[in-house]
Amino acid sequence: MTAQASHTAIGPGSAIGALVPRMTQICGPDGVLTDPAQLATYECDGLTAHRCSPGLVVLPTTAEQVAAIVSTCAGAKIPFVARGSGTGLSGGALPRAEGVLIVTSRMRSIIMIDQHSRRAIVEPGVTNLSVSKAAEPFGLFYAPDPSSQVVCSVGGNVAENSGGAHCLKHGFTVHHVTGLEIVTPEGELTWLGDGTGAAPGYDLVGAFTGSEGTLGIVTKIVVKLTRIPEAVTTLLAAFRTMGAGGAAVSAIIGSGIVPGAIEMMDALAIEAAEAAVACRYPEGAGAVLIVELDGPADDVGRETAIVRAICEREGAYEIRAAHDAAERAAIWTGRKSAFAAVGRISPAYIVQDGVVPRTALPEVLDRIAELSAASGVRVANVFHAGDGNLHPLVLFDDGQPGAEAAAEEVSGAILDLCISHGGSITGEHGVGVDKARYMPKMFGPGDLDTMQLLRCAFDPAGLCNPGKIFPTPRLCGEVPGVRREPHPLVASGELEQF
Amino acid sequence: MPDGSAMTADAVPDVLAKACSEVRSAKPDDAVAGVVPRFVAHPADVAEAAATMGAAASLGLTAVPRGAGTRLAWGVPPASCDLVVDTLRLNRVLEHAAGDLVVRVQAGVGLDQLAGVLAEAGQRLALDPPPSRGPATDGARADTIGGVLATGAAGPLRLRYGTPRDLAIGITVVRADGTVASSGGKVVKNVAGYDLGKLFAGSYGTLGLIAEAAFRLHPLPGAASFVTRDAASIDTAHAAIAAAAGSPLAPSAAELDRPGRQAPISVGVLLEGDPEGVAERSRRMAELLGGGASVSAVRPAWWGRGAATDGTLIRIAFWAAELAGVLRGVDAAASAAGLDPAVSGSAAAGVIYVAVDERAAPAAVAQFVLAVRAAVGNPASAHPSRGSAVVLHAPAQVRAAVDMWGPVPALGLMRAVKNQFDPGHRMAPGRFAGGI
Repeated sequence: MTAQASHTAIGPGSAIGALVPRMTQICGPDGVLTDPAQLATYECDGLTAHRCSPGLVVLPTTAEQVAAIVSTCAGAKIPFVARGSGTGLSGGALPRAEGVLIVTSRMRSIIMIDQHSRRAIVEPGVTNLSVSKAAEPFGLFYAPDPSSQVVCSVGGNVAENSGGAHCLKHGFTVHHVTGLEIVTPEGELTWLGDGTGAAPGYDLVGAFTGSEGTLGIVTKIVVKLTRIPEAVTTLLAAFRTMGAGGAAVSAIIGSGIVPGAIEMMDALAIEAAEAAVACRYPEGAGAVLIVELDGPADDVGRETAIVRAICEREGAYEIRAAHDAAERAAIWTGRKSAFAAVGRISPAYIVQDGVVPRTALPEVLDRIAELSAASGVRVANVFHAGDGNLHPLVLFDDGQPGAEAAAEEVSGAILDLCISHGGSITGEHGVGVDKARYMPKMFGPGDLDTMQLLRCAFDPAGLCNPGKIFPTPRLCGEVPGVRREPHPLVASGELEQF
Repeated sequence: MPDGSAMTADAVPDVLAKACSEVRSAKPDDAVAGVVPRFVAHPADVAEAAATMGAAASLGLTAVPRGAGTRLAWGVPPASCDLVVDTLRLNRVLEHAAGDLVVRVQAGVGLDQLAGVLAEAGQRLALDPPPSRGPATDGARADTIGGVLATGAAGPLRLRYGTPRDLAIGITVVRADGTVASSGGKVVKNVAGYDLGKLFAGSYGTLGLIAEAAFRLHPLPGAASFVTRDAASIDTAHAAIAAAAGSPLAPSAAELDRPGRQAPISVGVLLEGDPEGVAERSRRMAELLGGGASVSAVRPAWWGRGAATDGTLIRIAFWAAELAGVLRGVDAAASAAGLDPAVSGSAAAGVIYVAVDERAAPAAVAQFVLAVRAAVGNPASAHPSRGSAVVLHAPAQVRAAVDMWGPVPALGLMRAVKNQFDPGHRMAPGRFAGGI
């Protein structure tokens, strides 16, 4: 679905135009964009199928400015949407024509690194990879590593609960965030958590992470840093068939080894990567597997030998091992370029993101192949095999009438497959606007209603990134509190009773 | 409404009896932190649990969920408790997908029961919560999944594997009004919708009843090794813990234990994995720890006991670099209050437990708690607070004299969450932080 909004002129008479003087006061003249041509550059995030020029763009540099912006929006009942680097793949940062887009890209300082607590405090616009670079002199790194880590922002990672190839072993953003300073949808600046990961009270850090910008705007993040592993080995194994590659994955997991990453590509994805970046994967491969092992040197050496033996047993006809950064980069080149590379073999494509239990992968891949054969729509498969996270690339020619619709149909059918196999409609790209309509297929009305209680607690007015995640917004009614017998300290006035 | 604290047995209302196949009048030993309920319901399945909660809502009953009851004394006593909803009949392991390293269980499944099922496939749920109170015993393993989730209880393995919220990948809850709701699922990688599991983990029953949960599993390690040494001073212990945590030897846990202020501090590091690798890493870890560190496959007696006590148990969370400062703060506070607490816990992960003898004067304990809080952080500051000290359980007179939870960041938002999930404030009212 493509929604191309027309540009409405921002005049002092419009609701949004009336905000311009105040926003300029808050952010300075260079922190407010009103020119339609400039606004248009923010019309979409990494998912270009959904577009809408924002009513106004603001570029704050401090948390206090964000709070003032949100307060202003809340007071005027104008919706607002936060955006980091704009690399999201579900339209989570799709602007509103009648709303304000709050871009955090100018808030990019790494406030502190505490080596011995293994923590850093960063601003939301800091890029993911720069946290690891700053931590490297201390022997530490920031574990979540989405493919876009060179440009994507930590604030955006928090909103999306971003993963990455290595989350199989190291976990997602939510496992590496221990404190958040946020601006609530009502404009209040507050901390969630205290950086320890064991703060008293509800785990609002955990609940906020992955809420796709609907519960507030993050202005500072306390992240956990992880010890850089002593050794890393990357293996590339080529198989004649996907079935053989899949069997190797099952055997590796079954052996009790938890690799840092297990990635798989099929023949079509390999073809695209060869065309784009000449990654020189072994010829004739029906599937390549990339297995990365990290940890203490002695263990990695032993595990590498085991993985190698398993791959050989399952029919790998060529295995390469990387032992240094350059060799590792050569192996990863093809995998990391896979999404963009598909552009070399198809005029247009849809990047899908679904999850199935890992053991269901062979069957689901067969079903995808059947879908592809029946519809004539080509599908290239790239996936995080270790955790069953599929990224089918559904190819089509946007010059052909009806081709996009056919591709969309296949793409949607793949999500149905994921749901029917007990999986998920998104493993890491988020729901955003793109998949809100699939939420009722995965969750019942009671589930969606209950999730939205959290939304109502944070954003009763429904102004913070509205229209995302949930197909049907819940009305947030006022709720009465009931007081009961007080604690002795309450009675004496020393403690507040809720 | 009849007085909930009356010792005479109440007749079970029809609505409740119809909702649940096993409901009875409460007995004195059903008390929740001293508050005797009127009724106890033992639902047989999630549908009955939902009907029970719905009936409680229609009758306006306050309710407290209960598993094995091992941590029922944690938190502030409820302001009111008409009904205990006991989960022990919800004891089915619903699905163990060994190939996917995932398990789905009902809330009343015991950790011990689950460990047995998982071990058959060479797997485990990497949670080892300390015993809830009293001397360290195997009784802690009676803990139910629901109770461990609801209290966020975690032991030494938290350094490597985190706490229940980190391992839960899906949850099914029954809301205060009886609505059944799920989030997450049974795949590890999943970002569809809000994560109710995070919200309910550590919520002490104040948002609803945890009915089912799914967890990520890990392979059972082939070998485990404990590298231990004694440290004569706080600084030596701190240095040893920091060396372990900062090492590339992938420790699963790094703990310390000190039974009293004059005793030396025991430092221990757990290494797990392939037997050959563990042997090699143990050798290297012993060198790093220094002080004649020894290596053993046998767990030290003090390991993971979390300073178990029938007295006052305090959990301190802090930034790991502050370990020495926190220990000195505890000592100074103890000295000023005339106490000699035991200290034990996951020092490298920034969580330690402090146990004060049950005979200590309530006023002295209250003074101690305030001084410890002052030493570990100030949540009211604009910068992130650097820590907290929560009183997990305490004798009645101590409970009456202290604010058990202490200052809590974002209390306003927490109250808003409570109001949404439990607008009648019927779920474990007053048990939680900030009077929630």
